[in-house]
Amino acid sequence: MREKVRIPSGCAVAGILHQDGRRVSGEVIIRSMEVMHERSNGLGGGFAGYGIYPQFAELYAFHVLYDDLSARSEVEELLQKDFTIEQEESIPIWENSTITDHPFFFRYFLYPKRTRDNEEDVVVRLVMTINAMIEGAYVVSSGKNMGVFKGVGYPEDIGRFFRIEEYEGYCWIAHGRFPTNSVGWWGGAHPFNLLQFSVVHNGELSSYGVNRRYLENFGYLCTLQTDTEVIAYLVDLLLRRHRVDPSFLGAILAGPFWSQIEEMNEPQKSFYRALRITYGGALLNGPFSIIVGFEGGMFGLVDRIKLRPMVAGWSGDTFYLASEESAIRAIAPSLDVVKALHAGEVMIGRLKEGICHGQEFAFPRV
Amino acid sequence: MAKSLLFPEFKIERDAERCISCQVCVRQCANEVHSYDPEDDTVYSAEEHCVGCQRCVTLCPTGALEIRKREIGFRPNANWDVASIRNLYKQAETGGVLLTGMGCDKPYPIYWDHLLLNASQVTNPSIDPLREPIEIRTFLGKKEPFLEVAWSEEFAGLKTRLAPQLELSIPVLFSAMSYGSISYNAFRSLVEAAKEIGTFCNSGEGGLHPGFYPLGDWIIVQVASGRFGVTPEYLEVAAAVEIKIGQGAKPGIGGHLPGEKVSPEISRTRRIPVGSDAISPAPHHDIYSIEDLERLVFALKEATRYEKPISVKIAAVHNVAAIASGAVRAGADIVAIDGIRGGTGAAPQVIRDNVGIPIELALAQVDERLRKEGIRHRASIVIAGGIRSSSDVVKAIALGADAVYIGTSALLALGCHLCQKCYTGKCNWGIATQDPYLTKRLNPQMGKRRLVNLLRAWSLEIKEILGGMGINAIESLRGNREQLRAVGLTKEEAQVLGVKMAGEGW
Amino acid sequence: MVKRIRIHEEYCIGCRLCEIICMVKHSASGKIIKAFRKESERPLPRVRVEEEGYTSFALQCRHCDEAPCVENCLTGAMHRDEATGVVLCDEDLCVGCWMCVMSCPFGVVERKEKGKTTVSKCDVCAGKEEIPPCVKNCPNEALTYE
Ligand code: SF4
Ligand code: SF4
Ligand code: SF4
Ligand code: SF4
Repeated sequence: MREKVRIPSGCAVAGILHQDGRRVSGEVIIRSMEVMHERSNGLGGGFAGYGIYPQFAELYAFHVLYDDLSARSEVEELLQKDFTIEQEESIPIWENSTITDHPFFFRYFLYPKRTRDNEEDVVVRLVMTINAMIEGAYVVSSGKNMGVFKGVGYPEDIGRFFRIEEYEGYCWIAHGRFPTNSVGWWGGAHPFNLLQFSVVHNGELSSYGVNRRYLENFGYLCTLQTDTEVIAYLVDLLLRRHRVDPSFLGAILAGPFWSQIEEMNEPQKSFYRALRITYGGALLNGPFSIIVGFEGGMFGLVDRIKLRPMVAGWSGDTFYLASEESAIRAIAPSLDVVKALHAGEVMIGRLKEGICHGQEFAFPRV
Repeated sequence: MAKSLLFPEFKIERDAERCISCQVCVRQCANEVHSYDPEDDTVYSAEEHCVGCQRCVTLCPTGALEIRKREIGFRPNANWDVASIRNLYKQAETGGVLLTGMGCDKPYPIYWDHLLLNASQVTNPSIDPLREPIEIRTFLGKKEPFLEVAWSEEFAGLKTRLAPQLELSIPVLFSAMSYGSISYNAFRSLVEAAKEIGTFCNSGEGGLHPGFYPLGDWIIVQVASGRFGVTPEYLEVAAAVEIKIGQGAKPGIGGHLPGEKVSPEISRTRRIPVGSDAISPAPHHDIYSIEDLERLVFALKEATRYEKPISVKIAAVHNVAAIASGAVRAGADIVAIDGIRGGTGAAPQVIRDNVGIPIELALAQVDERLRKEGIRHRASIVIAGGIRSSSDVVKAIALGADAVYIGTSALLALGCHLCQKCYTGKCNWGIATQDPYLTKRLNPQMGKRRLVNLLRAWSLEIKEILGGMGINAIESLRGNREQLRAVGLTKEEAQVLGVKMAGEGW
Repeated sequence: MVKRIRIHEEYCIGCRLCEIICMVKHSASGKIIKAFRKESERPLPRVRVEEEGYTSFALQCRHCDEAPCVENCLTGAMHRDEATGVVLCDEDLCVGCWMCVMSCPFGVVERKEKGKTTVSKCDVCAGKEEIPPCVKNCPNEALTYE
């Protein structure tokens, strides 16, 4: 059932962040996505909510998809090697949904057995192992106090299928897919997640082969052959393992052109030069706009020459990102500021902090 | 001495209707094929000395000459082709090793011609190189796995010091061709073109003429088993140092510059007596193991204060991946791999044509191996041996190379006609010769201009191809084998190359 | 500035194509094979390749600023074209005294004995060509026009 081919796609993305930490129902993000119905074709939709499991805030919440329930015991055995399962349950779905052909969803709240300093690496390895080795099982998300809900269908239908209006989160990101070939596997929908990082992505990577090999060098196994998976892993590698400041992520994933670097002054010039020389394998090439959710914030980023759209908006303490301004206006008719992201620009919102504008490298066009 | 059985290889046809007896051909042929007879105002030709270099044909003002491969009337024999018979006769006459020049000309498969490139359609827009920047700037040298940065200090917070890098404006460099094997003017054309374009040329193993010291920033100097001309200044002036372990045209054997080519200037450069043969031994006599290589790598790093990348050049042989991995672990910042089609100034034909493997396969395996071992970032891969066009460059980079060396292509740009007689020192095109009458034939200003034109043309084409793929920086192509598909190859070949068959999607 | 044909002897390969092309240029037909094989009166080349040892170079009239040939011409046949600065011989005025031949320090004025007795020298192809054909046809850029 799992499709091992790469699926290029065009899409809709949206994200909401309440910087004051206020938690809201997932209903809002569904409404935002509904406006962009035409950007999807019913072959995939998904959501990530942050702050949705306050009662288990310190535990790893694993959302696991089973194409085949017989894989369950194998997965649980593996989970129990390094973790204790605090709670395990099937993820509630709306029984009256028009979506009938779907896999099974379970969630596990886990705490590590032995305290190890690299407990996150253990999680990563576990996710990689399950996804690569266990036929019929797939870890949809693995962060703390967050979860990903995704599947085959229009995003609004998927949202209602998973009853996300019943969860409350301080941040929601969402995706509607327009894949250029049809594939009916639920795990292939966005967001892609690893630990706290969830990625929704509109675009296609020409650099996929390079990025995948680059990640393999650091021990990541790209099992899904999708562009978005590599972005999720790159974000994990850069933000978590290499401790890159998120506002500089654009300088790596959608780095400035050499002509722009040449015009900089020292030490900025050497800095960007070093980033490009070192992180060539992490450069994302091709059209994309992405929204990344992480613990305590969210950011948007568009490609080096802005081939895909992304709009940011602010209204009070709320930060919005979406493929189209209309998707933001649908849930926040009056905005304080609206702004289209420039090529290579990172726009970050963090909890209890103002919006931090990342490095901007719009390529001047004639 | 009895009449030779060696039949002429070429047939010279002079159109009597056109020939004006101007004697241009007579003056141009260093092999003294043509001669003018004033008695009947006619030019005659002694075909047996013709090597097919086409110099006379190119310069004849009336187009009267045509030089063609001679059809030899041997009874057709699938077992005995004409070239084999000729070689056998020659050896029966001389009793010696047959020498030759340039790269292997046997019809082994050229894998570049079985690899097809990708382009974007709809889902991923192609990029117009005339409107958007497409970057092909390349850095050679060890890359850090990540950067240590104190992010709070912003730009000043960079803690990691990068390893020394060679910065290239196009991922193409000029291969090692020593002054000695090629003329001063040829070398000057190469180094001046490298400077103009922003790339590097390689000194080869013959030392560096002091006239080129001021251009050292664009020269990679070689340290080979003969250690010719290796002096402190030599290492000092260079941009990088390359340890030559092997050469694609003659893996496993050393070099030989015949005494006739050792002119006073060459003697000064190589630091050997005039007229003496310059022999490089087959191995470096201080490198009998990988540990010894490591010692030399670090000796050179010490000598250059860790400011210059050290390259190790090896020939593509069966176990190339493991050898390359060893070189990287021995501290090489660049690994240069030279395939079986790589050229030479002189090599035994039997070696050139039978030893080594095609560079495409070697490259795919080396890149794969270094990645598997997680050490790919520790060295750049530069390949050599058989790059003919910009599409070969693009395919090489997609297979995993950082850059390519071009030797034969560069010589062709200088006028070489591939007659393979470089070892005779009588190059009619003034390239592989030290005869002052012949070296004049290469005007270095023209040579430089032609090389610069070639690289400009290639860089435009490379950008065009990248744009078509929707890629605007060459690093997004490096090792991107998804952009390649095999056509007309067996499954095993495609597997060794690590590419899918044409027709397979992502 | 008057453009001059410059000689770069280090790159002259002694092929003499310049001589051949010059002859063709000044032949009746201007066609190389016909000029050499059919035309009875084959013009003299106005550029001569000098050779000694490994050195060779093609020499033609330098069109000197202070030209002894002009100064010494009895009839005023040898003159400088005001517009182009080129030294030319008006063959109608030339009486064939060859004073110019004797006074040219470069020896590039030649006697012409066939037909009317007069002289032959480089006329930079009478300004008819953007780049003189000897320059254009030199395979090694040993002649340049600048
Ligand atoms: S160069 Fe051509 S025209 Fe001149 S003599 Fe030779 S064949 Fe004849
Ligand atoms: S060796 Fe070269 S120049 Fe001499 S006759 Fe043959 S093709 Fe012409
Ligand atoms: S054509 Fe050029 S190279 Fe040949 S003789 Fe004349 S000046 Fe010299
Ligand atoms: S410029 Fe014309 S006339 Fe003068 S030497 Fe050249 S071809 Fe002959």
